[in-house]
Amino acid sequence: MLRLQKLSKTYKTGDQALTAIDLDVPKGQVLALIGPSGAGKSTMIRCINRLVEPTGGAVLLDEVDLTGLGPGRLRKARREMGMIFQEYALVERLTVMENVLSGRLGYVGFWRSFLRRYPQSDVDAAFRLLDRVGLLHMADKRADELSGGQRQRVGICRALIQQPKLLLVDEPTASLDPKTSRQIMRLITELCQERGLAAIINIHDVALAQMFVPRVVGLRLGEIVYDGLPTGLTPDKLTEIYGEEDWEATIEKVEDEEIEAAE
Amino acid sequence: MPVLERAGMQIWRRRTGRDSLIRWFGWLIGVAVFVYCWQIISASTTWFFVWDAPRIANDIWTRATPPRWEYITQLGRPIWDTLNIATLGTLIALCLAVPVAFLAARNTTPSALFIRPVALLIIVSTRSINSLIWALLLIAIIGPGVFAGVIAIAIRSIGFCAKLLYEAIEEIDSGQVEAITATGASRWQVMAYGIVPQVLPAFAGIAVFRWDINIRESTVLGLVGAGGIGLQLSASLNVLAWPQVSLILIVILVAVLISELVSAKVRGAII
Repeated sequence: MLRLQKLSKTYKTGDQALTAIDLDVPKGQVLALIGPSGAGKSTMIRCINRLVEPTGGAVLLDEVDLTGLGPGRLRKARREMGMIFQEYALVERLTVMENVLSGRLGYVGFWRSFLRRYPQSDVDAAFRLLDRVGLLHMADKRADELSGGQRQRVGICRALIQQPKLLLVDEPTASLDPKTSRQIMRLITELCQERGLAAIINIHDVALAQMFVPRVVGLRLGEIVYDGLPTGLTPDKLTEIYGEEDWEATIEKVEDEEIEAAE
Repeated sequence: MPVLERAGMQIWRRRTGRDSLIRWFGWLIGVAVFVYCWQIISASTTWFFVWDAPRIANDIWTRATPPRWEYITQLGRPIWDTLNIATLGTLIALCLAVPVAFLAARNTTPSALFIRPVALLIIVSTRSINSLIWALLLIAIIGPGVFAGVIAIAIRSIGFCAKLLYEAIEEIDSGQVEAITATGASRWQVMAYGIVPQVLPAFAGIAVFRWDINIRESTVLGLVGAGGIGLQLSASLNVLAWPQVSLILIVILVAVLISELVSAKVRGAII
């Protein structure tokens, strides 16, 4: 469904963030993108919906190349891709409901959105989503009154109300505590399953990625150095991605958790 | 280096010896210049008038008190004019300042190369000329009266409001803008959802702050014939009617106090 062909990005400063990335994401597959800081994870996600303009290659979403689209067609294409951010990126001074409904901006005209006259179907959808993530009672609260975990749930609602085919998720748990991180990861993966959504999840936490995701892609210096099952991440592989470090503890932790979960 | 080795001990000082000597010398020069300037000013001052000042001040004070309270019946209209000049001038200025600010802010300007310098030029040029001078110019162009005062205040305020507003726009969190863009929102929708909510508190604060300043500025516009209570002030000064002058000053003081109270309340409510 999503195919990256020789996608590359060189910043004006000359930094090569991505070098000819080839990646295929079939419909409904959730994959985690791991790699050290500066490996190009964020850049890659942003090149897909062109928040960052790629400098070469192609992004094919359902066989349509997004890199060549004009502004109008690009907006239509962006509606198909929901995005979730590390720092939530909610509009702090708007209410939870307005933030969720802002996911429909691509479908609604300017004046309707400006006057907050969203179609009833959108409002219904917003209430359903808020109910699904357990924030129905918060609909009228301002976004800056929420806790980190709650904000991220609102961010998820905003992405999902777009009715996307694909979720682009940028470090969803980096600002959250370990427990909330797991809840959020579980929520994202569950929702993707319910709706048959594909997702690319940037994540720092290798153990967390291994717990929730069936496919892991390792990025290093703008190149894919690993693509496979989470169980295939041996210490050697992790060293290849991140550099020399004692990886035994990381991997053991996961195995322990898997045993716990099985029990 | 501030860390010195002396007798095997590591000693830390804020500055090295040479550094503190230079600073000491700098202070010496500063004080010398101050004393020299003082001397020049003193030589060109007619000290007789200065020694005389308390007596004259006392003289004016006795003439000005008590204020001529019955004169207040003639001040209602002028102070109302003054308030209107300030309020209308501020409103017009805000309407014009918003587009200028968006054109001047680095993150919203359509062209940093061509349009931004023009917007910055508007900001600088309107800001650099005092409203009293604008009023003098405008009286020559559109004749004396309240309207000239309103326009003078408006022009003077554009630069001020636009500068503060564009700084607020440049400081917004780009993440929120990015998130709204990623939903497929149009340029104007990104503006309405991503940028406006973030700068709204700053905008309200600027508006009230400028209104507050403009009330003060509009009280003197009458001195050059641009309407408001300043007209009465200059008329009273011209005929040396000190009791009227003192009453006008009291009225201005009260008006400014009230405006300050209102702006403090409004600012408190917004933030």
